[in-house]
Amino acid sequence: MYDFTYQKPASLADAASILSGDADAKALAGGMTYIPVLKQRLAKPSAIVDLSGLGLSGITVAGGTVTIGAMTTHGTVANSAEVKAAIPALAALAGGIGDEAVRHRGTIGGSLANNDPAACYPSAVLALGATITTNKRAIAADDYFQGMFTTALEEGEIITSVSFPVPERAAYEKFRNPASRYAIVGVFVAKFATGARVAVTGASQSGVFRHAGMEAALSANFSPDATAGVTTEADNMNGDIHASAEYRAHLVGVVTKRAVAKA
Amino acid sequence: MPQVTLTVNGKQHTVEVEGRTLLVELLREKLGLTGTHVGCDTSQCGACVVHVDGVSAKSCTMLAVQANGTSVTTIEGLAAADGTLHPMQEMFREHHALQCGFCTPGMVMSAIDLVNSNPAGLTEKEIREGLEGNLCRCTGYHNIVKAIAAAAPLMHAK
Ligand SMILES: Cc1cc2nc3c(=O)[nH]c(=O)nc-3n(C[C@H](O)[C@H](O)[C@H](O)COP(=O)(O)OP(=O)(O)OC[C@H]3O[C@@H](n4cnc5c(N)ncnc54)[C@H](O)[C@@H]3O)c2cc1C
Ligand code: FES
Ligand code: FES
Repeated sequence: MYDFTYQKPASLADAASILSGDADAKALAGGMTYIPVLKQRLAKPSAIVDLSGLGLSGITVAGGTVTIGAMTTHGTVANSAEVKAAIPALAALAGGIGDEAVRHRGTIGGSLANNDPAACYPSAVLALGATITTNKRAIAADDYFQGMFTTALEEGEIITSVSFPVPERAAYEKFRNPASRYAIVGVFVAKFATGARVAVTGASQSGVFRHAGMEAALSANFSPDATAGVTTEADNMNGDIHASAEYRAHLVGVVTKRAVAKA
Repeated sequence: MPQVTLTVNGKQHTVEVEGRTLLVELLREKLGLTGTHVGCDTSQCGACVVHVDGVSAKSCTMLAVQANGTSVTTIEGLAAADGTLHPMQEMFREHHALQCGFCTPGMVMSAIDLVNSNPAGLTEKEIREGLEGNLCRCTGYHNIVKAIAAAAPLMHAK
């Protein structure tokens, strides 16, 4: 690992000013993605800005919305009685990320800022139509994800919280890589009074995406059988040693059906 | 150079580190506590698991500076001063839950956290799922699962 200076500001304003004043300064949340990156010398930041002193963790449920602070760990979300009551699928998703020790430190803000194409949270944020709040603005999920490892965040912009509308029913189903525990294909389905939303992670070369065919079928009839005739093109799917593009396209159908059955 | 003040196994230390020093490097190289192992570069094996403020953390994926002000427990901190083993260590011995022993410190630390966070008890399936972040190349896991199942009631009885 290359060396860097370490800073732990006590206010959001201070953190933002360090990050905006130095293009090579980088934020650090749980470190479950960024420290492995540093260890492999894939990044050479001048400064690391630890976000853990900014009071950005916590969960509130009010008026049909669950709001989760950016620094809230996966373990806290998984075990939260409030999240389990309001959106059980979200708590279950958090409880299936990595392993216990990873869940003790990894955060929702870090997961969304990173936008790994195989990460779990992006599918929940997109399927539930959540809003991502930063130190500068509020960003709708539909505008936030812009391809693998790419988001609407500007240089130095800090996620402060994420707000999820509570659906009628929802579920997340993950076909996981047994070694890394990331999603080979993960599907989050959500049923709202206005219709169904379906987001797929792990599968596509463009990162998390909404599945228009599944949404149309499930908006008409929210049942596992409704997914039967819906196809998924293999063209834009990821293919690697774990699963070919054709296999991933096939899995999208299987995993979506399982998710609907679970919701 | 940054200074880190932390409590390790009940004893306070102030140590000079670099920003990039990992917690596991502080433990092994600065404090000589070599019971905590490093088995991978990918944060997947769990050989490095310690407790930070009472919960499991991969010390290979945490900067020493992030541990400033925390209380860390390593495998060396489990046995009583007179050498009496922690019930989890005792049950690992009793049930032959180790062969080469490389994964054992991390296994034991993860197992203790797992038992602590499940006061109502654990099924075999829950134990296996709770060990997702710890890899063992020798035992095939069966005896590790048995050891944890045997240690849980002993720990809760205390
Ligand atoms: C063994 C292992 C298994 C895993 N399995 C899974 C899995 O199954 N599913 C899954 O989804 N993930 C998985 N992860 C990743 C894990 O969820 C990470 O916690 C997460 O991707 C990153 O969160 P973090 O808090 O650790 O962020 P960090 O690693 O600290 O940061 C990641 C990036 O986000 C930026 N960042 C962090 N917080 C903010 C913020 N508030 N505002 C702006 N930028 C920010 C950082 O600058 C950095 O670029 C796994 C990780 C490991 C090590
Ligand atoms: S050394 Fe493998 S997870 Fe830490
Ligand atoms: S006992 Fe050898 S790796 Fe587990």
